[in-house]
Amino acid sequence: MADFLYYRDDAPHEEPAVTLDGFLDQANASAVRIEAGEDARALLPHLERLRMIEVSFPTFKDGRGYSAAQILREAGYDGELRAQGDVLVDQIPFMRRCGFDSFSPETPVDPATLQASLDRYDQVYQRAADGAVPVWKLRHG
Amino acid sequence: MYRYDQYDQQIVDTRVEEFRDQVKRRLSGALTEDQFKPLRLMNGLYLQLHAYMLRVAVPYGTLDGRQMRMLAEIARKYDRGYGHFTTRQNIQYNWIKLADAPDILADLATVEMHAIQTSGNCIRNISSDQFAGAAADEIADPRPWAELLRQWSTFHPEFSYLPRKFKICVIASDEDRAAMRLHDIGIQLVVRDGQIGAKVFAGGGMGRTPMIAPEINDFVAIADLLSYVEAALRVYNRHGRRDNIYKARIKILVNDLGAEEYARQVDEEFAGMKARDIDPPAAEFDRIAAFFAPPAFDADAPDTIDRSDPDFAVWLDQNVRAHKQPGYAIATISLKPVGGIPGDASAEQMDVVADLAERYSLDEVRVTHSQNLVLPHVRKADLYTVWQALRDAGLAEANLDLISDIIACPGLDYCSLANARSIPVAQKIAQRFADLDRQRELGELKLKISGCINACGHHHAGHIGILGVDRKGTENYQLLLGGSGAEDVSLAKITGPGFDEDGVVDAIEKVTNVYLGARQDDERFVDTYRRLGMEPFKEAIYG
Amino acid sequence: MNILTGNDLKTGDVIWWTGSDWSRHVEDAADVGDNGEAIAHEEEGARRVNSPYVIAGEKTDKGPRPAHIKDRVRALGPTVRPDLTLKPADPEAGSWVI
Repeated sequence: MADFLYYRDDAPHEEPAVTLDGFLDQANASAVRIEAGEDARALLPHLERLRMIEVSFPTFKDGRGYSAAQILREAGYDGELRAQGDVLVDQIPFMRRCGFDSFSPETPVDPATLQASLDRYDQVYQRAADGAVPVWKLRHG
Repeated sequence: MYRYDQYDQQIVDTRVEEFRDQVKRRLSGALTEDQFKPLRLMNGLYLQLHAYMLRVAVPYGTLDGRQMRMLAEIARKYDRGYGHFTTRQNIQYNWIKLADAPDILADLATVEMHAIQTSGNCIRNISSDQFAGAAADEIADPRPWAELLRQWSTFHPEFSYLPRKFKICVIASDEDRAAMRLHDIGIQLVVRDGQIGAKVFAGGGMGRTPMIAPEINDFVAIADLLSYVEAALRVYNRHGRRDNIYKARIKILVNDLGAEEYARQVDEEFAGMKARDIDPPAAEFDRIAAFFAPPAFDADAPDTIDRSDPDFAVWLDQNVRAHKQPGYAIATISLKPVGGIPGDASAEQMDVVADLAERYSLDEVRVTHSQNLVLPHVRKADLYTVWQALRDAGLAEANLDLISDIIACPGLDYCSLANARSIPVAQKIAQRFADLDRQRELGELKLKISGCINACGHHHAGHIGILGVDRKGTENYQLLLGGSGAEDVSLAKITGPGFDEDGVVDAIEKVTNVYLGARQDDERFVDTYRRLGMEPFKEAIYG
Repeated sequence: MNILTGNDLKTGDVIWWTGSDWSRHVEDAADVGDNGEAIAHEEEGARRVNSPYVIAGEKTDKGPRPAHIKDRVRALGPTVRPDLTLKPADPEAGSWVI
């Protein structure tokens, strides 16, 4: 079993994720997986019944999932947002900033390296879905 | 110029430690090269032909003496005594050891410098006008806007794995000294109803498929700048092509959608952005802008220059430009001595420039996209002294914008992507036209050489461009005419079959002869080409 | 002949497989026959080389010569800075590249 990293207080959602098309056809599904090229905005009318959204990273170079996560969080989605696929330890801090709160990386992640990486920066320069306060705000209150 | 506060310094220092950890993991084997590559690239570290290469950011091309001296020190301590100034206003070192890279970054951090996002598929160093803050024709100093963008783009979590690299340029005058419309996003500051705003162009670029950026917005207020650019990037990150590296730049997306449709999508995205509180308050812009307030000019600086030394007078006419402050001038230091390597400077030369900046240019130096340096604020009364010091350091070539002021990428002498050498061609052309009177007779002639289709040498934007290709294992050079990276932006067209190294130098001599025979009034080479078209030039070369 | 080359992981130096080790001098390069990929895989795994690859070359009086100009530039150093090449004292070194 590959790693599973979870940064939420509630229990992980157990229902298996269906495809985007499957989800849009199934009125009672509460977990969905979107592929890198799929439009996260297609989910916006259904956010209230979603408990888990999995976003696929077919290769670590494919950064579309970061925007998908941002869009979902900006729209108010507060359920589990999972990054799955070629998710590398040095990317997880950026993914956390974009709103991902669980991770299912294909290759195991060294916990000490990950923790160091997540703890590293105290400051950020810009707004993102994590709500971290950018330095311009710290400068001017 | 901008100075770091505790936050800026902390972020850069933390970055050094992060990279130290990443290098350690690479050397221990915890990271494979495939996994390490994107991490090192986001810190400007390449594996080149002979060694690792480190590209250090010079944000919007502005440095002070202390920083220039550190660049010299790094060249001596960690490299082989020189550095190469690039067409993106950065500097790169060719002989870096991986294990030294974290220490170099630590040294850079002590003078508020870094190598963050000088490579990789992220938002790169923001480029600007090398005469910013000095040019007589600017409506405002563009650098506060560039610094705002620098901070916003640094470690942007959503835009660090874009389809491809992303280059932004900010200028503030009608004369374009920074090739603004050949950037992924080009911004020209304009005044409307007494307010300064950004005219935004998107989808320019060189490379395999050169394109001139169309305008997508005629006025974005400073209060909306970051959210607008964030919207522009999001549309690109979501919809830019990822199936083909050669079609992944934003220019392909903008071209495929059409500028109007791209602009519409950006507007749609922008509508939602304002609620996110992305834009800093006016106080933050004012804080940054205060660092770029005009320096303490000497109001009594005499406005006359003693031109009695004829060699000095030539340099004055060729390399010195008007300053907005009476009694001051902008002096360009050519890094293009005949027979030299365009853009290279030795550690000793960098030290000389640092000294001159501190003593005679209100502690400022600029790097230009033409791979030269600039002393932006020199008292006219000091120009002769400055020129003498430059001459003694081999830095007083009086060839700004002349045929020997050649932009050349490192080419196959250094670069693992290159197909042909660029530097030897530049050297041969400069030698053929070494007579300065002959160069001045030819007038403004921008010659640009790339050693491969990636076009780091801006060959598409040369009045004369040269593209090195590999023809069955030998170097071959295609000739292009009629490009420009300036406000009269245009893309050069290929003349026909390519040449060997000597052949392309001969062909250049022929096209310049056509120009000399046909020019009217004060036409430049490119003006004559535009009037006559390709035919007479082609006839002279191949006829 | 087939030559295996790459860069030293720590220093970045261009290196050539000698049959038992790595050398900075192309003169020492061995003919790896069809074993290049296998050696490359093992040596890279052991972190003795970075980004190795196999190239074609020919045997000459002066030793192995890479078939492609790019690897000849790598073998010597930048042709525009003879002082920084591996043969700073040899005025003919550049013509070996071209």
